[in-house]
Amino acid sequence: MRAWIGRGIVFGLLAFIILGPLANLVLWAAAEQWYFPHKLPVVYGTKFWEQVFKPRGDALVSLVTSVWIALATVAASLALAMPAGYALARLKLPWRTAILLAFLLPQAFPSLAVYINIARLFYDFRLNGTMTGVIMVHTVHGLVFAVWITAAAFAAVERDLELAARNLGASGLRTFLTVSLPLAAPGILASAIFVFLESLDEFTGTFFVGVPDVITLPLLMFTASIAGNYQIAAITALVLLVPSVMFMLVIERFLKADVLSKVGA
Amino acid sequence: MQDRGRLGVLLVAPALAAVLVLFIYPLGYSLVTAFQAKGGGFTLGNFAKAFEFYSVDIGFTLVIIVVSTLLIALASIALGGYLTLGENPWAVALLRWLYRWPLFIPFVVAAQCMRTFLAKNGLMNNTLVGLGILDVGQTIGFLDWRGIIITFVWKQTPFVALLVAGAMASLDRSTIEAARNLGAGRLRILFEILVPQVMPTLVVGLILSFVTMMSVLSVPLMISGESPTMMTVDMAFRINNYGDYGTANALGFVSYLMTATCAWFYLKRQIR
Repeated sequence: MRAWIGRGIVFGLLAFIILGPLANLVLWAAAEQWYFPHKLPVVYGTKFWEQVFKPRGDALVSLVTSVWIALATVAASLALAMPAGYALARLKLPWRTAILLAFLLPQAFPSLAVYINIARLFYDFRLNGTMTGVIMVHTVHGLVFAVWITAAAFAAVERDLELAARNLGASGLRTFLTVSLPLAAPGILASAIFVFLESLDEFTGTFFVGVPDVITLPLLMFTASIAGNYQIAAITALVLLVPSVMFMLVIERFLKADVLSKVGA
Repeated sequence: MQDRGRLGVLLVAPALAAVLVLFIYPLGYSLVTAFQAKGGGFTLGNFAKAFEFYSVDIGFTLVIIVVSTLLIALASIALGGYLTLGENPWAVALLRWLYRWPLFIPFVVAAQCMRTFLAKNGLMNNTLVGLGILDVGQTIGFLDWRGIIITFVWKQTPFVALLVAGAMASLDRSTIEAARNLGAGRLRILFEILVPQVMPTLVVGLILSFVTMMSVLSVPLMISGESPTMMTVDMAFRINNYGDYGTANALGFVSYLMTATCAWFYLKRQIR
């Protein structure tokens, strides 16, 4: 009994620390008026939801921009990462470890200092403030997930199955398309989701490269928050949270232990 | 075999080229610019200016990130240890469900949550006052460097804990059982058997966290944009208000140095 009281206090505290800030966000999203000294919102309502989701409103435009950028980033990353991942998993490569680490570089250096210089270089190519520029920045940042997870997914495919297909007379390309690719598909999908979320949530790169014309959802949320529009900021934040939380709940279904153990190996 | 090697290089080349053009080239550019005077030519003036204006923020950045990293290490060892050694299956299942909520929450959203949660009249103080733990007069806001640390620890602990708990789960249970049979307490098992074995995973997770925190702009901007704050805020300020790439890149160079020390440990572990 004593153990349960102790546990209850620790878990209660932990739940308050972990879930408190999130509950706070939900309250702000549902509040129409909330001011000091009231501990809870004074008036609840959906006025701000209507304002955020009104047709052709800023938020809806940003949501569409964000999703398009994220989808294009996924397409670009996979186009680059699938051949690279296959080569890293199956073919003989000189300096294999060095190549693997090269993809980690964008995450291994403080990226902000690099983004300001990308933005400066992009001026010459008129890529500043364009979707293309933002997609390029997001792609390089997400490439480490794309390459490492696809490589792990291809490495987890049993080599015997590929050899059997080759023995039965299938060409290398056909073996890849009908055996390796379908078997690696869950891992590739997981890497696609990772890249999608990375891009959807990316702030710093877009802040420097995308402004003033490309306003993604995180930038819109930031602007609303700095301006003190906490309801708008909270609602936008909740929209951003939906895909993140959904992925957290299903991640293990896509990333099986056999693939996970080969990531970065 | 020669042919397959060439095919491999061919398949990796586009992805490598992307990293080279969009990351390594701008990185090199920033290193050069940090040492370049306005008209060209070598100078250390950018660094003099950076230290003159921002030495306090450079110190704060280091303190904030080191303290956050240490707290993340402690919290993730505690979480991983309880998940591995916890005796009550209900409590373990509850913790497993609870601890990873912040895992995929974007930094901007975490900052927005904390911005209203930690404020003087935020939900945290309101709850403490409501429960009678604090008096209205005793409340303090945490929207300064402490708020940045709290946000970083809240956001990054699940990531490191996930790695650590995974590594602990894959360890051989027999040594744990043996130690338990010999009468070792759980705390002793955790620090003398589990932690030494998962050290590589823990260090990798901490280094990745360190670098991530080093380049987050949204959290310091939204929690505490006033001085003293983090170097990322100063860099953004130099660029957006003065177009001063020299000083910004000098600050960037300092942040590379801080992480390079960390990355060096990581590389030493990877290339064996």
